[in-house]
Amino acid sequence: MTTAPRPATPERPAGPDPDGREPILQVRNLVKHFPLTQGILFRKQVGAVQAVDGVSFDLYPGETLGIVGESGCGKSTVARLLMNLETPTSGEILYKGEDITRLSGRALKAVRRNIQMVFQDPYTSLNPRMTVGDIIGEPFEIHPEVAPKGDRRRRVQELLDVVGLNPEYINRYPHQFSGGQRQRIGIARGLALRPEVIVADEPVSALDVSVQAQVVNLMERLQDEFGLAYMFIAHDLSIVRHIADRVGVMYLGRIVELGADAAIYEHPTHPYTQALLSAVPVPNPEAREHRERIILAGDVPSPADPPSGCRFRTRCWKAQELCAEKDPPLTVPPVFRGTAGPTEHPSACHFAEEKQVVPPE
Amino acid sequence: MSTSGATDAVMAPEPEPPGGGEERPLLDVRNLHVEFRTREGIAKAVNGVNYSVHAGETLAVLGESGSGKSVTAQAVMGILDSPPGFITQGEVVFQGRDLLRMGGEERRKIRGARMAMIFQDALSSLNPVLSVGEQLGEMFRVHQGLSRKEARAKAIELMERVRIPAARERVKQYPHQFSGGMRQRVMIAMAMALEPELIIADEPTTALDVTVQAQVMDLLAELQREYNMGLILITHDLGVVADVADKIAVMYAGRIVESSPVHDIYRAPAHPYTRGLLDSIPRVDLKGQELYAIKGLPPNLLHIPPGCAFNPRCPRAQEVCRTDVPPLYRVNQERASACHFWKETLDDDSAPSGDA
Ligand SMILES: Nc1ncnc2c1ncn2[C@@H]1O[C@H](COP(=O)(O)OP(=O)(O)OP(=O)(O)O)[C@@H](O)[C@H]1O
Ligand SMILES: Nc1ncnc2c1ncn2[C@@H]1O[C@H](COP(=O)(O)OP(=O)(O)O)[C@@H](O)[C@H]1O
Ligand code: SF4
Ligand code: SF4
Ligand SMILES: [Mg+2]
Ligand SMILES: [Mg+2]
Repeated sequence: MTTAPRPATPERPAGPDPDGREPILQVRNLVKHFPLTQGILFRKQVGAVQAVDGVSFDLYPGETLGIVGESGCGKSTVARLLMNLETPTSGEILYKGEDITRLSGRALKAVRRNIQMVFQDPYTSLNPRMTVGDIIGEPFEIHPEVAPKGDRRRRVQELLDVVGLNPEYINRYPHQFSGGQRQRIGIARGLALRPEVIVADEPVSALDVSVQAQVVNLMERLQDEFGLAYMFIAHDLSIVRHIADRVGVMYLGRIVELGADAAIYEHPTHPYTQALLSAVPVPNPEAREHRERIILAGDVPSPADPPSGCRFRTRCWKAQELCAEKDPPLTVPPVFRGTAGPTEHPSACHFAEEKQVVPPE
Repeated sequence: MSTSGATDAVMAPEPEPPGGGEERPLLDVRNLHVEFRTREGIAKAVNGVNYSVHAGETLAVLGESGSGKSVTAQAVMGILDSPPGFITQGEVVFQGRDLLRMGGEERRKIRGARMAMIFQDALSSLNPVLSVGEQLGEMFRVHQGLSRKEARAKAIELMERVRIPAARERVKQYPHQFSGGMRQRVMIAMAMALEPELIIADEPTTALDVTVQAQVMDLLAELQREYNMGLILITHDLGVVADVADKIAVMYAGRIVESSPVHDIYRAPAHPYTRGLLDSIPRVDLKGQELYAIKGLPPNLLHIPPGCAFNPRCPRAQEVCRTDVPPLYRVNQERASACHFWKETLDDDSAPSGDA
């Protein structure tokens, strides 16, 4: 295990499901490199942006897995891979045990029905020339078996009602709605085919705080109502804390720490997670003096030329020689194995240790 | 009306903005009104803003998008887009003098030298075809008449002040060659160049990642302490406010609806909108239950509701709220609230606020 040159795929990277459920999605060693080319006539590859580089996790039915990380760390690329909008360079995405990266035609279509996406930008992700009814009903065109033609209008109105919009708005256009309302339209569309999984890429990041709460509450209610599993991507750690059951922290194309929400927020063992959490401003002026801030030096390195060994080492205050030589795998660090405590979760660090950075209230 | 908190409050139709004590504030904005005359109609973007900031003090201006934070700042800086924007009323008193009654030349001298602004989007506020060193140096050449060489030396010194690594080499580079965080440092350096008394930072870290945001806020706070500057920090992030501000002014539909020292407002807000905001944010330090959601949407500035602009969304609204615009009531020496029922709001601790 210590000789692994690359982060080995942990047997159960997500840890055992407390209820013994089978995962609905299993992502294994997912890699997406975008080639960097030079020359116009003879395009030759001069390198690659390692957008996603060995990501593994499980998603269980009905749960919310939060994915956090800074801009460019690969969150959206993971989402696009799950949605089959990109082809992975390597790795597997198992939906109920079947590798969907190898499916095509009918079989793929059947799987895609069950995995739907909600996008970040409610201003650009909806076609401005289509009515709300057409937008929400569009998935029925691709999957007519879900709703026969005569039934569609009623179904769309039902969906509008479910997301808290007036069913009479069915003939309006996206520009007639506010940001929060447009995000509801996007969610209604995502729900149309009754999927089991919704991949939400920064679904509330573009919204104002007062509207953000409305959409988050809606998503939580729909999850309970329809038993949805969410992969909820956000750069806002507070939102993820609120909504997620489990959390994966990404850095430069990798998941560096993965665990239950309380494990990650209250017992982080990876230096990057600790720095990230300590940097979040807490809306409590009394906590100002008592908080320890970890201010990282420098910026995130280019994903086209990531550091050797541990990718975080250029900004890590604990980095040692070993960190440059050996890539730490995403497994439960040996010091925490068998402790049965909240620190016993996968963390890709040679020198993992617990550090509480968010002041408990 | 007789049951409202209004009757026993000290009512002042045009109250002095609270805070500050005896000494004269560095900047005192009084009853500022700005409107945009557009084809669709008159958008009342700023409707009687009052705030003040003293030397060495940080005032956070908090509000959702469109609430008028940036327009107020632009009016203060004298960079309002006009037309369509017009200042229709008010005073902007800086170091004892009303900027709105000053000549153009005089104002230009103040801008940059005595008060400077930092924008959210550093890339579009920097000149893409000039090197960073040239842009920084220009400040010294224009305002202090330094030679090219002297200005360059000053630019390098400034870049080192804002902790840009390898300043000597990077001084020749162009804005696009800097990362977002580094560009924001360049913006800060530019604002700091002539050691102004006041800096207005409009969402300086909103576009940055959280770890970089922490670096930049740290730098800003340190420079402010060192030079004893007044800082107006415009933001929509209640966390940032709690972290750095001394006092806070909450904006809604172009008005300051509550102003207060930062500690008090988090403990007990005196305006239902502030209260709603505090309850609706998820927190990294609390798992919490369902979020409180303020119902509805901010008003269209072409049609601000009569009475209190917040009344269609307010859980506490009464008949009077739909007819009478609440004045800015003085809550105590340092606090004010534009709510007919500020007292009831202040005393109410039933809702799940903060759990602290
Ligand atoms: N089609 C593409 N071609 C080349 N590089 C790409 C492509 N798509 C993404 N990348 C690069 O891959 C990396 C990961 O991008 P991704 O969009 O997944 O980041 P992210 O974590 O979603 O960031 P953000 O928080 O900014 O949305 C980035 O360096 C990005 O520039
Ligand atoms: N140049 C302009 N022309 C017309 N309307 C404007 C202009 N600039 C700002 N506004 C309007 O003024 C209102 C307040 O804007 P702003 O101060 O930028 O809000 P924020 O609080 O988000 O900074 C908004 O409704 C905005 O659309
Ligand atoms: S492996 Fe080394 S460089 Fe990487 S996070 Fe751990 S201590 Fe830091
Ligand atoms: S004045 Fe009335 S409507 Fe306005 S905030 Fe106070 S209670 Fe609500
Ligand atoms: Mg993204
Ligand atoms: Mg603004």
